[in-house]
Amino acid sequence: MIETTIEVSAPAPRSRSWRGRLYAWYLSSDALKGFTLLSPTLLVMGFTMCIPFGIMVVMSFWTQIGFEFDTVFTLGNYAEAIEKPVYRALLLRSLTISSICTVVTVLVSYPMAYYVAFHVRKRKMAWIILMTVPFFSSYLLRIFAWKVILGYNGVINSGLKGLGLIEQPLAFLLYSPTAVVITLAHAWAAFAILPIFISLEKIDRSLLEAATDLGDGPVKRFLGITLPLSMPGVIVASLMIFIPTVGDYVTPTLVGGPDGLMIANLIQAQFGLINNWPMGAALAFDMMLVVAVISLLYIWLTRKAMENIA
Amino acid sequence: MTNNDAFVSLADVSKHFGSVVAVDHLSFTINSGEFFSLLGPSGCGKTTVLRMLGGFESPTTGEVYIDGVPMSEVPPHHRPTNMVFQNYAIFPHLNVRANIAYGLRYDKIEKAEVARRVEEALEMVKLPGFGKRRSNELSGGQRQRVALARALIKRPKVLLLDEPLGALDKKLREEMQLELRALQESVGITFIFVTHDQEEALTLSSRIAVMARGKALQVASPKDLYNHPVSVEVADFIGQMNFVKAQVMDVRNGEALLDTAGLGKITTSASSDFVRKGAAIIVAIRPEKLLLSAERGSDGRASVQGTIKTSTYLGDRNHIYVSVDGCEKPLAVATPEAQASGEKPLDRESTVWLSWADNALILLPHD
Repeated sequence: MIETTIEVSAPAPRSRSWRGRLYAWYLSSDALKGFTLLSPTLLVMGFTMCIPFGIMVVMSFWTQIGFEFDTVFTLGNYAEAIEKPVYRALLLRSLTISSICTVVTVLVSYPMAYYVAFHVRKRKMAWIILMTVPFFSSYLLRIFAWKVILGYNGVINSGLKGLGLIEQPLAFLLYSPTAVVITLAHAWAAFAILPIFISLEKIDRSLLEAATDLGDGPVKRFLGITLPLSMPGVIVASLMIFIPTVGDYVTPTLVGGPDGLMIANLIQAQFGLINNWPMGAALAFDMMLVVAVISLLYIWLTRKAMENIA
Repeated sequence: MTNNDAFVSLADVSKHFGSVVAVDHLSFTINSGEFFSLLGPSGCGKTTVLRMLGGFESPTTGEVYIDGVPMSEVPPHHRPTNMVFQNYAIFPHLNVRANIAYGLRYDKIEKAEVARRVEEALEMVKLPGFGKRRSNELSGGQRQRVALARALIKRPKVLLLDEPLGALDKKLREEMQLELRALQESVGITFIFVTHDQEEALTLSSRIAVMARGKALQVASPKDLYNHPVSVEVADFIGQMNFVKAQVMDVRNGEALLDTAGLGKITTSASSDFVRKGAAIIVAIRPEKLLLSAERGSDGRASVQGTIKTSTYLGDRNHIYVSVDGCEKPLAVATPEAQASGEKPLDRESTVWLSWADNALILLPHD
């Protein structure tokens, strides 16, 4: 038996053509197959992201002189980005607003996702689609809608005045960090609801019954089973909101007022009015680096926390 | 621990899911310290009964009592029951130790005591040293043991087991059956066990409720179920059985004269109400109670001639199917392996004689 199999398999590679061998190599390599599946995306990413990205990296080490670039390598832009108080303050404010926005969005989205995952029996998908309806309209339109709601004579203020609860309109509602947080939270809610919903939906219902069986009331069961098992969704939701909102500049421009401006507004200005592209590029990378560090730290901390509860 | 008071009882319990009646006016009692099995085909309502005991379903009508307390207003997390789930429901984010200690988290027990009890439980289910493993690092049998330890550490009055051995291979299952039985005897807790495997139920249980269509067909000890089934359905479900139609010709002094379709006219003792003169009944006989021989026996036992049709090899024994004139289906006869391969091989279409002892016949009502 063994001898025959050796005889059969041994001469086979010799008789195969180079194309056959290439194909066999392809079939035996999971990594290669994976890259083939990714290749359209990789091509697009390569051209539309990596190349501009590379240009920006190079540019961030240049200096703007009038309308010309001085292409001598310098770290001056980065030094300025770190040292100048206005840049530091704006970056800090961006991080603060984004963090608050992330927490608010996750806190608001979690119950919605929970409700659909555990209490809706039929047409769950319809519910999820309904929750993403705000995304059907343009981003700008939604921001303007919030302007109408939060404005000095907006829906909230006139409503509260009509009820006699306030005499003067609440000025902090619009053109403030609060307005930015509210608008961003609404705009990004769907990005939080979906991953949280999926992670909740994946929880085996018998685990919840087992927890109940072992003496957990609803609250203990939520803290002991549901929340830890939905943490992957919460982590993804947090990152999916935190990372893009730090760099958002439309919302702060339209509803942020002077106190609600964020780092991205400044970066945009560097590429526009101020016309200092190298500085803009350096600020962008400065921001990216900080966001990346915070995100990795966040992932690491949550993972540590998950390990500790076991 | 063992006493004969009803410890768990179902009083006229029904459960409807919409228009589907899962459990239909079910009543029975389970004694303290019993190993009680709910046996039946899938969809017979056995799991629903277990879930009602655990509190995961509430009866549509009727009441469940555990240790004399009506359970309708006791939520599942306050019931004196613990459950081993069919898929074991091991918490994937916790290691084995945390899984087993899960039910003790809020019980105000000292850490050292919890650790001691967890070790004890691991010892009991023969998984010492597995405390730090995750559920995905366990085999099916090990998960089952963890689920058992997790439920037993709560020291419940009643342990509910929902087909816990269903996912295991046959060898492991038989091993676990023995262990489960030994465990139940050592902890003395009432076990209520759901299974569709009649062999498993016979091996494990002190008593079995055979269920079908939401009803309990018979509640009896394994021996009684096997030897004295009350209906064709029960007799058919427990082990293999031959059925022969019969007409009651006469009943006199507890002896009935039967005209059977295939086994001829026979006289047998009969005490049941349904054996009345003129009634149509079913005569049942186990394959191992039929004796196969090439010649007509001379010991005066009732016998009938037949022709061998097929045989199935079961390792330790053969089932030989003998067609007898008048019988609807060939009768199964169990013969030891040795006999089949003995001096005279039993060929297909060869003529043989079947004989049986008088007390081997079971009379059942025609349904």
